[in-house]
Amino acid sequence: MTLPSHLWEIKEHIYETAIEFGLDPFETIFEVVDYDQMNEIAAFGGFPTRYPHWRFGMEYEQLSKSYEYGLSKIYEMVINNDPSYAYLLEGNNLVDQKTVIAHVYAHVDFFKNNYYFSKTNRKMIDEMANHGARVRRYVDRYGIELVEDFIDTCLSLENLIDYHGPPESKRQDLEDQTNSGEIPRLRAKDYMDDYINPQEYLERQKQKLAEEELKSKQFPSEPLKDVMHFLLEHAPLESWEADILSIVREEAYYFAPQGQTKIMNEGWASYWHDKILTTRVLDLSEIIDFADINAGVLATAPGRLNPYKLGLELFRDVEDRWNKGKFGKEYDDCDNLEEKLSWDRELGQGKEQIFRVRKLYNDVSFIDEFLTEEFVAEHQMYSFGYNRKSGHWEIDSRQFQDVKDKLLDQLTNFGNPFIYVKDGNFKNRAELLLHHKHMGVDLDMQYGRGVLRALHRVWKRPVNIETLSDDKGVLLSYDGKEFTETSIEYHPI
Amino acid sequence: MGDQSKIKQDHRRFKQIVRGKIKRNLREYMTKGELTGKQGKDLVKIPIPRIDIPRFRYGQKQTGGVGQGEGEVGESLGQGEEAPGQGKAGEGEGEKGIEVDVTLDELAEIMGEELELPRIEPKGTEKLQTQRDKYSGIRSVGPESLRHFKRTFKEAIKRQVASGEYDPDNPLIVPTRDDKRYRSWKETSLPQSNAVIIYMMDVSGSMGDEQKEIVRIESFWIDTWLRSQYKGLDSRFIIHDATAKEVDRDTFFHTRESGGTMISSAYKLALSIIEDEYPVEDWNVYPFHFSDGDNWSVDDTGECMRLLREGLLPRSNMFCYGQVESPYGSGQFIKDLNENFDEEDHVIVSEIKNREGIFDSIKTFLGKGL
Repeated sequence: MTLPSHLWEIKEHIYETAIEFGLDPFETIFEVVDYDQMNEIAAFGGFPTRYPHWRFGMEYEQLSKSYEYGLSKIYEMVINNDPSYAYLLEGNNLVDQKTVIAHVYAHVDFFKNNYYFSKTNRKMIDEMANHGARVRRYVDRYGIELVEDFIDTCLSLENLIDYHGPPESKRQDLEDQTNSGEIPRLRAKDYMDDYINPQEYLERQKQKLAEEELKSKQFPSEPLKDVMHFLLEHAPLESWEADILSIVREEAYYFAPQGQTKIMNEGWASYWHDKILTTRVLDLSEIIDFADINAGVLATAPGRLNPYKLGLELFRDVEDRWNKGKFGKEYDDCDNLEEKLSWDRELGQGKEQIFRVRKLYNDVSFIDEFLTEEFVAEHQMYSFGYNRKSGHWEIDSRQFQDVKDKLLDQLTNFGNPFIYVKDGNFKNRAELLLHHKHMGVDLDMQYGRGVLRALHRVWKRPVNIETLSDDKGVLLSYDGKEFTETSIEYHPI
Repeated sequence: MGDQSKIKQDHRRFKQIVRGKIKRNLREYMTKGELTGKQGKDLVKIPIPRIDIPRFRYGQKQTGGVGQGEGEVGESLGQGEEAPGQGKAGEGEGEKGIEVDVTLDELAEIMGEELELPRIEPKGTEKLQTQRDKYSGIRSVGPESLRHFKRTFKEAIKRQVASGEYDPDNPLIVPTRDDKRYRSWKETSLPQSNAVIIYMMDVSGSMGDEQKEIVRIESFWIDTWLRSQYKGLDSRFIIHDATAKEVDRDTFFHTRESGGTMISSAYKLALSIIEDEYPVEDWNVYPFHFSDGDNWSVDDTGECMRLLREGLLPRSNMFCYGQVESPYGSGQFIKDLNENFDEEDHVIVSEIKNREGIFDSIKTFLGKGL
């Protein structure tokens, strides 16, 4: 259902306000949906349609249940597309709708302008429908069991992409490294040849070439992070399987920036819905309702970081610091606490700075650069961990560096372990060897086994992963029948 | 807007997968008896682990996270064993299991498949009938929403071919008013049959809590199965030691008495309930008796056999006796039944050693499809 006229006017008003404040969103189409439609769209990750797969049904079941039991309700949903589509829940009160509309415009501005979204497909609605059609065709041909089973397999590998790498490299020049074996010589007349192409130089070149050849036999020549891409190129897949794997990979890349910028994106949207509503849109009579909604959005609970709140507060902090000039060498070097607290150079660069930040940063760089000691103290942030002795989750530290490190650990690689393809011809037997770059936290081996099973389904030869477990090198292998663990010497890459 | 049928398809697939899980774990569900406590009117909540897609991820051991709020270093976050928010910033996906609602009918079907239970052929009670409407007819008038496209198209082709209008080079089929066909309903009569289960249980001291729990779980599954086979199902409960009395379901499973055991007292009471309230022409009767196998005297056992032969068996589809092993009982009664009714297909006995025995016991009882 399209917008009823009273919401249309509100939407227009909020849009104009957003533009005035400097936001630059794609055109956004709002639709009003009932909760069942909302649950459906949410189950599909925001899209009207996806390829057939049971997990969307599971999401839908959970969302519907959760709504029925009154545990949760989805307020807003918006997808990164040009034009963007956003959904409003029918029957929500007007203040809710206003909040959502303003929130959505800020998200869409973020989609359009943040660097990490710049490579995403802006016609993803069409693409998703296209994926759906392709998968349905395979279902017609091969049956739902087989196709869905293969999708399960691909989804197990979904996080094995290069989050920070370019998604568009479809056919990397992995084969281009083959050489003719000729050593390049400079052209010279016969009698000059020994001078122009001295013997030892030729020898050196020969050796170098041999080394390179050895290296190119070893493939990939460098550890590759985009495991899915490697499989697409080198695994013995039927064409329909390759197509499905490429679909899952493409969608993973499409969704990746949302994971990489969760704190920023939600912070940005919260910052702007608050600003737009409180300064321009709300009637006085609506303030209390709005405060109530906002309190819900920004609530924190022990052991859970609320990205809306953290993002919002950090943006405000950045704005404030750049307005007052609380940055740079002079400020950092100042030892006088009192002076620091009352520091105000009246720079007025706050707004400019937060727009710059929204353009260029992701959660990792955002936190790395703008989380300050003062901020951590002011917002009572702490790091926590599991105490096995007491069986409780406990506060570990309130030290700035500890908190920041922990936060960055969690955000780096979007909370996923770093996994690389190390060798596609392991043991010279076409086995696959993955490498887990250990950064202090062990893999969950139970899940790891599940992934190896999926990898084997794709690679069709034994698959292995090397990692550290309790500080000891381990090679976990699966040959299609059973798992083996051997201890190895672990060399980090 | 999203095509409604698409999520419904995925939802159906999910339910199918869940069904498969339940089927594979049925024996365990039956043993643990956790389903029996989660029963609503028509639905059972079945906890299943979230069907996970495995991914490389960090183990729990060294993880943790960042939070916000009051509290000293070393202070517990007060969430016990559960990992707070999985520590992932912003990603609220906990790894909780989910509960799925399964209708009792569906559960019975799963159980029927897994235990290979034959469907029951209700005995001659065609008297009670209900009317059902079924869309099975075709008419030439009706609302557009019920238009049968294939039939309409067929009629149009027929007409166009017959009248020479059909041009194979330009095969355009245009249905006219007269070609249109609509689905319509027919009233069909469905025979309805009713059944009554009479549960009897020895509540003398030797039937302990565990024994009763076994009976309780077993009766849940028996109920579920028979309910799926009959439109109407009554359950009646009799407890006995030296005397018998009728009680409600709750009392049945929780009473504990002591004193002697006269099984015949229960059989007599069951018989009088059947005679008074459940005429055999209209009712399928299922007496189930559970005990640890101790009876007061040989005389009373003789009386039991007589009551069975002359009273209960002629009026019942089958008679089921479940002997729950207890540390105290002598287990004699099952032997007596076997001696007396060895040739009788309608007397079914089963020994239930422990919870693991429930699955097979039910298969024994219901496997004949009587």
